[in-house]
Amino acid sequence: MITINAIADIFPVLMKGVEITVTVLLASIVLGYFIAFIAGFGRLSNNVILRKFTGFYVEVFRGTSLIVQLFWFYYALPILFGIEIGSDFWAGVLAISLNYGAYMSEIVRGSIQSVAKGQSEAATALNMSRFQRMRLVIFPQAVRMMLPEFGNYLILMLKSTSLVSLIGMTDILYYGDILRSSNLSQAPTVYLLVLVFYFILALPLIWLTKKMESISKKGVASQ
Amino acid sequence: MTEPIVMYKDVHKSFGDVKVLRGVDLDIKPAEKVAVIGPSGSGKTTIIRMLMTLEEPTSGDIIVDGKNLWHMEKGGKLVPANEKHLREVRGDIGMVFQHFNLFPHMTILENCMTAPVNVQKENKTSAKERSIEMLEKVGLGDKLDNYPSQLSGGQKQRVAMARALVMRPKIMLFDEVTSALDPELVGEVLEVIRDIAKEGEMAMVLVTHEMEFARDVADRIVFLDNGVIAEQGPPAEVLENSTNERLQSFLHRFRR
Repeated sequence: MITINAIADIFPVLMKGVEITVTVLLASIVLGYFIAFIAGFGRLSNNVILRKFTGFYVEVFRGTSLIVQLFWFYYALPILFGIEIGSDFWAGVLAISLNYGAYMSEIVRGSIQSVAKGQSEAATALNMSRFQRMRLVIFPQAVRMMLPEFGNYLILMLKSTSLVSLIGMTDILYYGDILRSSNLSQAPTVYLLVLVFYFILALPLIWLTKKMESISKKGVASQ
Repeated sequence: MTEPIVMYKDVHKSFGDVKVLRGVDLDIKPAEKVAVIGPSGSGKTTIIRMLMTLEEPTSGDIIVDGKNLWHMEKGGKLVPANEKHLREVRGDIGMVFQHFNLFPHMTILENCMTAPVNVQKENKTSAKERSIEMLEKVGLGDKLDNYPSQLSGGQKQRVAMARALVMRPKIMLFDEVTSALDPELVGEVLEVIRDIAKEGEMAMVLVTHEMEFARDVADRIVFLDNGVIAEQGPPAEVLENSTNERLQSFLHRFRR
């Protein structure tokens, strides 16, 4: 049964996991967006090798499971190639940001490509260089298209951070599992609270997503 | 005789298997106003798009102010132009498009200012002054802080002209600039072009379907048919006295 007493016992334990969940999330967001832009531009490059390489990366990371990628970074790479990621923290952050970076790079690429061709032509007619066309005309419009999608991925990333409990990181879900294993009858209360924790963490991200959507609606072609 | 500011020399252009231009020779003198007419698919638009560097000719040369546009000299040989060369040569050319192509994320004023400031490195104050002056000239001095989406088609096209004029081009290209407009908005745009033409310093190439307008504004009309120049001359001659059958039937369709 779910009782107030049980909640009072469980709450402080789960609180201990918030810090890990939030730091893994923040690091994954920063690195994930960074990778998304690098890979997104890489796929649009004139350089064939760069284009093929980033294409390969995107397909591999989109086409395989995030949990398996996480286990590769944590267990397999160190043994196979002697590559030490350094810590479970970086294994988790790398897996999440490389995985989501792959998805989001497609948003970057798609948004840039969907800016109308006439925009680039008008910029050329004003004698802008390739770089100026991108910086002043194409990119500012593309970003407006990326924002709403980026918001969705923020929330997805938050939920994916729970996977790091599988490599022994002490996040919210990790403490929940510990509590459940010590007292199975408390499982409903524990997992209810875990859900509430994730939902509360998601609230600011949901708000941010809405905010991004309204920003992206301003000053865009109505055609 | 003055040197032409633009020379097309046996210019060909194919898109895949489709030959759009089959050897165009055309000289344009400084300050000359040339109207290009012809049936759709005759290659009118392609002619000016190649001059704006939006389309590369398949063969032939385009000379702008004595410089070869699509080729540059390297080690005594002519090689295809790179971006730097194209930017050097096309600096004196401006263009207005059928679909306006204003930058939707910038205000009207920013649309006009961005190129003088970023491309020509003019200081912001003077670029702003000149942009406002130009927008007032096209009758939009009260819309400076509006975004393009808040304007009518005719207003958008007038902004597009101001944006091109702020760059002080020696050659202005107009690509069917009234074709995408509602009929009642065509007049205001043509009026602005007439005003610009009267000032006289710029060479202008107008691809158009407005025959009466072409007759008024142009010094010369070029009739393009099937990828070659089939007829050219002063407006009155081309529009009234030509014996070219294709031109006759083309004009007939307009005079119904």
